[in-house]
Amino acid sequence: MSNPIKTTVKKPNMSVEIAGIKLRNPVMPASGTFGYGEEYAPFLDLEKIGAIVTKGLSLKPKAGNPTPRIAETVSGMLNAIGLQNVGIEAFIQYKMPFLRTVNTPVIANFFGNTLEEYGEVAKRLNDIPEIAAGELNISCPNVKQGGIVFGTDPRAASEVVALVRKNLQKPLIVKLTPNVTDITVVARAVEEAGADAIACINTITGMSVDIHTRKPRIANRTGGLSGPAIHPIAVRMVHQVVQTVSVPVIGIGGISRPMDALEFLIVGARAVQVGTANFVDPSVMQTIIDGIEEFCIDEGIEDIHELIGSLDV
Amino acid sequence: MKNYRTKIISNQEISPGCYRMRILAPGFSESAHPGQFVMFRVQRSLPPLLRRPFGIFRTGFLPADCDGLPPKEFVEIVYKVVGRGTTIMAELHEGDKVELLGPLGNGFDVPSCDGERILVGGGIGLVPLYMLAGELVDKGCSVRLLMGGRTRDDIFAVTEFERLGVETYVSTDDGSLGEEGLVTQVLERKLQKFPKAEVFACGPMPMLCAVRNICLANKTPLQVSLEESMACGVGACLGCVVKGAGHTEERPSYLCTCKVGPVFKAQYLDWNALAQSHGCGGCE
Repeated sequence: MSNPIKTTVKKPNMSVEIAGIKLRNPVMPASGTFGYGEEYAPFLDLEKIGAIVTKGLSLKPKAGNPTPRIAETVSGMLNAIGLQNVGIEAFIQYKMPFLRTVNTPVIANFFGNTLEEYGEVAKRLNDIPEIAAGELNISCPNVKQGGIVFGTDPRAASEVVALVRKNLQKPLIVKLTPNVTDITVVARAVEEAGADAIACINTITGMSVDIHTRKPRIANRTGGLSGPAIHPIAVRMVHQVVQTVSVPVIGIGGISRPMDALEFLIVGARAVQVGTANFVDPSVMQTIIDGIEEFCIDEGIEDIHELIGSLDV
Repeated sequence: MKNYRTKIISNQEISPGCYRMRILAPGFSESAHPGQFVMFRVQRSLPPLLRRPFGIFRTGFLPADCDGLPPKEFVEIVYKVVGRGTTIMAELHEGDKVELLGPLGNGFDVPSCDGERILVGGGIGLVPLYMLAGELVDKGCSVRLLMGGRTRDDIFAVTEFERLGVETYVSTDDGSLGEEGLVTQVLERKLQKFPKAEVFACGPMPMLCAVRNICLANKTPLQVSLEESMACGVGACLGCVVKGAGHTEERPSYLCTCKVGPVFKAQYLDWNALAQSHGCGGCE
């Protein structure tokens, strides 16, 4: 950037549209790795990222799982937080006032313990005008009820998406689990049930054992694996989903560098979410945005859409 | 609170397996309180993936050069080599690039008046007590530091603590330095002598549990600094939570060690749960 010749180069168009929401660039945090936005404000200009995605919200506050909840593995981490969150009412009262001051679309991730609760939270989101879209979580591997029960069965997934679609007067993104035999079956089911966009993947169920105590390293026994270790699996699944559905796809899984995000865009993701890497470097999303832009300039790409879905096979 | 992309000034072994790292950190000392911590990024490549939390030992300034620039500010952490991350750290040298996020968390609630204060540090748990001791001495408190370890190798910085004006008492399990026995035995004796003292403690969970039981029996105010596995250090991942006092299945209470802590008033914690999750008994 310090090169005087380069400063005259036209910056590429980085903005994309997902389910009717205009994003200034395709980079946003993955739910559960960015708190409610405020936690990262000291380290990152929240008005430079594409969107803010909240921690998963439920109708009532949720305490989460027993501890220990996290364990580092080779190039990844296992977590079983258990969807701990303040609940939708406290979110509106205590977290929205800050989010309202930020000029960036806010996507509310949400879930329910029952079908009815999913529907209720969706209705409640309608009361918050500043929420740009809902991201329906049917993919958390760490809670017994809700979450993955709906995400692994195409019929249950279809049912919950249809109900939420009816109740939510905002664009609906559905976040899928990789813990299925064929992700395209669930992807097709949620598209048919009315999803405006699909986000994938959530974490991959894993397990790690302390060889000295011979106990599982997290209290929940199994947890969700995230981090660089899962990136190629995620790219493969996003590729499969893009081939299957016509709604926009948001690629998630193991992004920690600009090139990791670019891979998702090339296989056809319209946007990406960055998760575990936020823990390692709280300003990593800025680095990724700058890196994508630089790549476009170097490759002579004027609009990011030239890159999206440009996989050469 | 800031992410410092900075470099190491020095990294020295101060007792077997225990290192003191001094890192350049302009503006750090203004915002750092006793008991706060930093998230240290071991290296730019993988693994290890996550940052590691370390208590702040102290902050300070290098003697000014004659270059007319303001004196350089630093932060010091003291760490023990226990795993992969700290093994890599021990091999770092002056000038090596590192990343440091901090100062983070809520530190000790430093009493505003003078009085008797007893600090209890077990092994590497001595780290956050140095800045605390300094502030307490400045406030006019009479500060006694009880330093405990398994062997003499676990004890460090005795002279530095003494230079602050702190009375130090060393005890080791094997008697290789100071009195033979547990630091908590020393605490019981001191509390008999100074029944109105306030206690501040950091160390392994069995020690903290014993300190807590003693303080509970004596109705002594106690603040403890906890260590838990963490991913983010800023309250986002919710991985480092501990159970609060009165936690039940129906009315759960989880507190982020990184954000609400790492220092807690003892009465706010569920000690039975803490002891269980750290594999030790003896707390109710």
